[in-house]
Amino acid sequence: MNSFLTRDILVKWAPLLVLLVLIVFFAAMEPRFFSVRNFARIGISSAPALMVAIGVTFIIIMGSIDLSMEGTVSVCAVLFAFAFLAMGGTLASIAWLALPLALLVGAVIGLINGLIHIRLKIPSFMASLAMGFVGTGFALLLTGGDRIRIEDEAFRALLTTRWFNFPIMVYVALLFTFIAWFIQSRTTLGRNFYAVGGGEELAHASGLNVNRVRVLGFMLAGIFYAVGALLAVGRIGIAETATGNNFMFVAITSVVVGGTALWGGIGGVWNTLIGVLIVNVINNGMVVIGLPGYVQDGVLGALVIIAVVLSTDRKSVSFVK
Amino acid sequence: MYELKAIDKKFPGVHALKAVDFKIGRGEIVGLVGENGAGKSTLMKVIYGAYKPDGGTVTIDGTAVRFQNPRQAMDHGIGMVFQEQSLITNLTVMENIFLGFEQQFVKFGVINWKTMAAAAKAQLAKVKLDIDPATITANLSFAQRQLVELAKVLTLEERIDGDLVILLDEPTSVLAKEEVELLFKLVRELTNRASFIFVSHRMDEVLELSDRVYVMKDGAVVDVVTRDAANIDAIQHKMVGRDIDKEYYREQWQKPYGDEVLVSFGNVSLNGRYKDISFDLHRGEVLCLVGTEGSGREAILRTVFGLDKPDTGTVTIKGEPVTRFHARGGVERGIGYVPRERKVEGIVAGMNVYENMTLSQMGNYASGGVLRISEEKDMARSWIDRLGIKTPNVYKDCGGLSGGNQQKVVLAKWRSGGSDIILLDHPTRGLDIGAKEDVYDMVREMCDDGVGIILVADTLEEAIGLSHSILVLKDGEMQKRFDGTPGDKPSLYDLVHHMI
Repeated sequence: MNSFLTRDILVKWAPLLVLLVLIVFFAAMEPRFFSVRNFARIGISSAPALMVAIGVTFIIIMGSIDLSMEGTVSVCAVLFAFAFLAMGGTLASIAWLALPLALLVGAVIGLINGLIHIRLKIPSFMASLAMGFVGTGFALLLTGGDRIRIEDEAFRALLTTRWFNFPIMVYVALLFTFIAWFIQSRTTLGRNFYAVGGGEELAHASGLNVNRVRVLGFMLAGIFYAVGALLAVGRIGIAETATGNNFMFVAITSVVVGGTALWGGIGGVWNTLIGVLIVNVINNGMVVIGLPGYVQDGVLGALVIIAVVLSTDRKSVSFVK
Repeated sequence: MYELKAIDKKFPGVHALKAVDFKIGRGEIVGLVGENGAGKSTLMKVIYGAYKPDGGTVTIDGTAVRFQNPRQAMDHGIGMVFQEQSLITNLTVMENIFLGFEQQFVKFGVINWKTMAAAAKAQLAKVKLDIDPATITANLSFAQRQLVELAKVLTLEERIDGDLVILLDEPTSVLAKEEVELLFKLVRELTNRASFIFVSHRMDEVLELSDRVYVMKDGAVVDVVTRDAANIDAIQHKMVGRDIDKEYYREQWQKPYGDEVLVSFGNVSLNGRYKDISFDLHRGEVLCLVGTEGSGREAILRTVFGLDKPDTGTVTIKGEPVTRFHARGGVERGIGYVPRERKVEGIVAGMNVYENMTLSQMGNYASGGVLRISEEKDMARSWIDRLGIKTPNVYKDCGGLSGGNQQKVVLAKWRSGGSDIILLDHPTRGLDIGAKEDVYDMVREMCDDGVGIILVADTLEEAIGLSHSILVLKDGEMQKRFDGTPGDKPSLYDLVHHMI
């Protein structure tokens, strides 16, 4: 093929193209969409979802899947809130320790996910889905259904303090995106994710400890879910069982729409960033132009199918039955 | 009645069928023999409609046909009995027999199981198999499944008018001797219903059963012999064909190997795979394991690499007895494994050249888990130069390289990591001639560098041409050891004689 626009190049840049087209489309439909205020709004709704989606991106690159995010986010959020309040309830005190504690909780849940997956040899989607339910149940047990309010101004600054019109949580999310990119492209762990996803047999025959890589992947995902949980709590000032709601659909949709292949080995953090933005631009844009909420889920569901159809050479790949 | 003329089929980099002529008459049994990679399976796939030929014509009773898929071939009376059995084991025998053709038993949208069972019984009677058609297929022996498969193909008799051609792909490979006899008797009796194309690598069986035998080599039919005129030696000669070209295999570069023993097997056995194997591999030696598929060659490689733990015997690598078996152990002991399926086990498609090269030794290019990517790239560039790997740059996805260049990347991966024991499993499979010669060059260079190589060769000529030592295996047991000193190499017939 001599043409500049080969299928590969098209597939690679399609998500960004879709994002730009969507922005132009909504801006044309409703000028208020194209404003800094509105972009800040999109940024706020994207930040927690981006963290969760990046977490699951690592897992999908390995060719596995993690569906535990909703439970993990809820448990991290609730345990963070309890610890934070118990230690003084303000970031100015030692209560800041609740932040690393939340990340640790995420890592531990990921560790359990990973160990169940590899030790008991249960498919990852089943192991993590079940763990997600356990997490949601555990969060409910802890809270008894109550909402825990976090009113500390220093913590709420995540949302309330703005630099260049965007709240701090957006910058935090970008920082962690950068960290994720670094892990993905500059560390042995990131390289191992691609190797396991691209050819597990080969990775094994090259001396990689595939099981260890898998477990570390789930732990890393858990840490990013915890970051997502912290941003979610920062956003509304409440930790509850429902904090994790809806993250599964948004995260998986974003990863897929961003162009990361579900069978592993292809894609990455930048794809997920674009994917999350596409999903949130659509959600936001539909509200702005005045479409009812129930249309939005339908549109997103259709979008996932279109994204998979377009990005997959379905003749050459057979994946998850 | 069924005839192929000048059939051509090309795959990227491989000319799989070259102007093949083939015909079969009513009630005839025709054998098809050739080495692995000679084009037997491709030819069969053309016959039963799985591949469309690039050139040539297919005629049935003088009418030209062109199958788009196996279903169309079936509608013209061509049925296939697969080597790796195609029955669905969790269904009943009758469901398997009529899979895809249940409509004939459906009334008002419901399957009438009684009529289906009766019809299945009638089919099973054709192959003299007396079992309940409602048996779950998984409960049958392999021999019985083979017959069910044959019965399934014979349903074509009722479905189409015209003659049947049935392909039997290595049907005897899973059968015991008595079962083979029964199958042959049955096939002979069935010639009043169908003609058969019989593919096998067991020469004696092919000659026993077939009226005529097509001999294939390198994608072409090199001879057609009738049973009466056939002789095993002559056919084997035709199959392996060309005289060994000393130049081609770089024989003049072969040097005596060193004294240091790298790998030592002492009476090693792995139940069901190989038995009582002993050999020493020295520095600078190419040791070749020769045998048919399933003779234990690959299993021995896996044990050397540390993947499969043997039941008895001692494996010693560089003087150290191996006690724990896992892939990392092999890598740590300096063993590199170049597998047969490059696309599956050799390179990671989607990862680029330098990422593939450092895959087995990332630790050498990382501090605290952070990779020193510029060092990786430098290393990759130097090996690209050294081995003449054709790639635009180090960022190229290895999945997009040619087979020969992928193979070089795999070798660079192990060599750059300092491996001095290299296991080559069919290293030239699917490569064109030029790329093969590159691989032979690399083999000689590695020997000069003091690497020890265990080779499972793609062809016997390759085995003879490249090796210092040749071990001939049959059914997991070592038959004979040959020295491959230049000028005094064993002949093909020496090897074949002990293999089969």
